[in-house]
Amino acid sequence: MTDTSLTLAEQESRRRRRQTRRALLAPALIIILAISIMPLGITALYSFLTPGTYGGVIWEFTPDAYVQFLFERDIFDGTLQFNDSYLTIYMRSIGLAFGATIGALLIGFPTAYFIATKPREQRNFWLFLITLPFWTNLLIRTYAMLLILRDEGLINLSLMGVGVIERPLSILYTDTAVFIGLIYTYLPFMVLPLYASLEKLDFRLVEAGYDLYANRFRVLRHIIAPIAKPGIIAGCILVFIPGLGAYITPALLGGGKKLMIGNMIAIQFGSSRNWPFGSAAALILMALVVIALLIYARSVSKGARAHG
Amino acid sequence: MTSDTAKAPEDGTTRRSMISARELTKTFGQGETAVTALDNVDIDIRENEFFTLLGPSGCGKTTLLRLIAGFELPTSGLIQLDGQDITALPPHVRPVNTVFQNYALFPHMTVSENIGFGLKMLGKSSGEIEARVKQMLSLVQLEAMANRRTDQLSGGQQQRVALARALAPAPKVLLLDEPLAALDLKLRKNMQIELKSLQAETGITFIFVTHDQEEALTMSDRIAVMRDGQILQIGTPKEIYDKPTHRFVADFIGDINILEAQVEGTEGDQTRVRLKDGTTMLARSTGADTQGHCAVALRPESIRVAQAGDTPALTGQLENLVYMGSAHNLHLRLGSGEELVVRHGGSTEGLDLSPGAQIGVVIAPGGARVLA
Ligand SMILES: Nc1ncnc2c1ncn2[C@@H]1O[C@H](COP(=O)(O)OP(=O)(O)OP(=O)(O)O)[C@@H](O)[C@H]1O
Ligand SMILES: [Mg+2]
Repeated sequence: MTDTSLTLAEQESRRRRRQTRRALLAPALIIILAISIMPLGITALYSFLTPGTYGGVIWEFTPDAYVQFLFERDIFDGTLQFNDSYLTIYMRSIGLAFGATIGALLIGFPTAYFIATKPREQRNFWLFLITLPFWTNLLIRTYAMLLILRDEGLINLSLMGVGVIERPLSILYTDTAVFIGLIYTYLPFMVLPLYASLEKLDFRLVEAGYDLYANRFRVLRHIIAPIAKPGIIAGCILVFIPGLGAYITPALLGGGKKLMIGNMIAIQFGSSRNWPFGSAAALILMALVVIALLIYARSVSKGARAHG
Repeated sequence: MTSDTAKAPEDGTTRRSMISARELTKTFGQGETAVTALDNVDIDIRENEFFTLLGPSGCGKTTLLRLIAGFELPTSGLIQLDGQDITALPPHVRPVNTVFQNYALFPHMTVSENIGFGLKMLGKSSGEIEARVKQMLSLVQLEAMANRRTDQLSGGQQQRVALARALAPAPKVLLLDEPLAALDLKLRKNMQIELKSLQAETGITFIFVTHDQEEALTMSDRIAVMRDGQILQIGTPKEIYDKPTHRFVADFIGDINILEAQVEGTEGDQTRVRLKDGTTMLARSTGADTQGHCAVALRPESIRVAQAGDTPALTGQLENLVYMGSAHNLHLRLGSGEELVVRHGGSTEGLDLSPGAQIGVVIAPGGARVLA
């Protein structure tokens, strides 16, 4: 008898604890709902509606936006024809974001390693320098980049001054300019997670590697890189994803001629007045990112299982 | 061996030298903050030897190991390995492996991968690596742990993985920097025995660092006692214990009484000294500087309480009687005010051991030694 009553009392107290937990979680859940799930839902909904003539949407459901992504409707006979212009923009964007990620990794890794091997009291100073750009608006920094890259800019003037080149290299308004701009903009997002994982690295492991006949390159490859892997992955994700959706950098440094996904989507909501297509394009971008992350996550867990 | 001053090793062999350092000096920092961690060290460590570096904290033991491993470059001097000058070689081409104090096992590799790492870097075939790893695992009795991650091992097991990893590439010299310091007493005793037998089995030269004198005495073929970046004495444990040439060495190894004295003259291989309380006695010369002021070293076990009929060499007032299990330690206060500890093994019957009693002691022949 006492046993059951005890259990009942226990059940009651557990139920109450569960309720309290739910109540405490509620604000967080509401915020997540409001700032991430709802806008996503609205975007998904709009992507299946019909564009209004002056922007906005008309409440008629149609998958046209997704069809438009790959096909063009012939004006005369209304047949669908394959159109790769949007696909090309996606491929270009992925290529640029991927290149910028690799570039940021190649520059960011030595930088983070340099900071992590400084005496502890000097590290904060170097980290401060890395985060310094965040103190200025991205737009202004990008304009500064524009001044540096243009034909009469710092790079061309100094190269001509030294006599390496005779005529200015036209860097501005090319893919190269966008590439440089992306690396510049997102480099801190690469350096910081890399630093966080390298700072924890026990440098006696590096010595153990040298001791066991590994040269510098092999110590980097077999010891430092695997241990810093979480930082490398975090840095790559933090550069690749925002790089893929970059707007200001391609708009200014690409001169509006060389579109990236972000610019293309912006145009749909602006001058093209095709909100459903803009929404569909945004969702396709997101789907690509999620698929890429899933493939990655699967390969990691498979690797872990093979090891385990 | 009749003369204490002879420099030849006690076992009479003249084995080939595996590590030779000449005038090795290492200074850290510059200007006023410079620290001389090693000061003009000469050392010869022989093939197939269990060699121990012993000394207090900060005396330069780790620095000497790091110079041999190649993690640091000497400020001056040279190091030879098996006749070849390795002073400027980077660590990854030296056939020398290290067992690190904190083990430094690679956290992202299994036990087997850790052990096989050196062989892999040497470009051995995977079949060869597998066979060697298996052999190493059985050597350190960790066959069952082959595929574990290193953080799933106990301290003693990690220690053995570190050992196996360093032994797998069959280095010419194995460096061990206080490898047992993190283990509890019982495990440490076991590992001492294991290390010693591993050294005998593999025939690899071990250079072992410790600041535990008992560990050094039980395990080593030879010991170098260091202080302030210098090597004070190199010898077998017996030589170091019985025939210290330096006051610091005598004091550092085991219990010893050190009395201030004045040299009176030499008589054969003995020196006549006058203690501060005025008594004179004969003590063995050690070849060290014995002009004028010196010290006389007496091990507690080479002194005994005078029986009826003995002529006491020294007399003191009993201050303290400490029971040690198998013996008593008598703490005497000499006329000079210095303390003398005598180990009395037999029964205390018939002895007046009341506090303040005057007790005479006899010194065994050769039991007193003159130190600079
Ligand atoms: N990288 C370094 N920079 C500056 N000084 C150092 C460095 N390494 C060692 N030293 C100094 O050199 C001296 C010898 O140090 P070492 O580590 O060799 O001593 P040790 O005998 O191994 O001591 P312990 O028993 O405490 O490990 C010490 O005074 C130490 O402070
Ligand atoms: Mg040390």
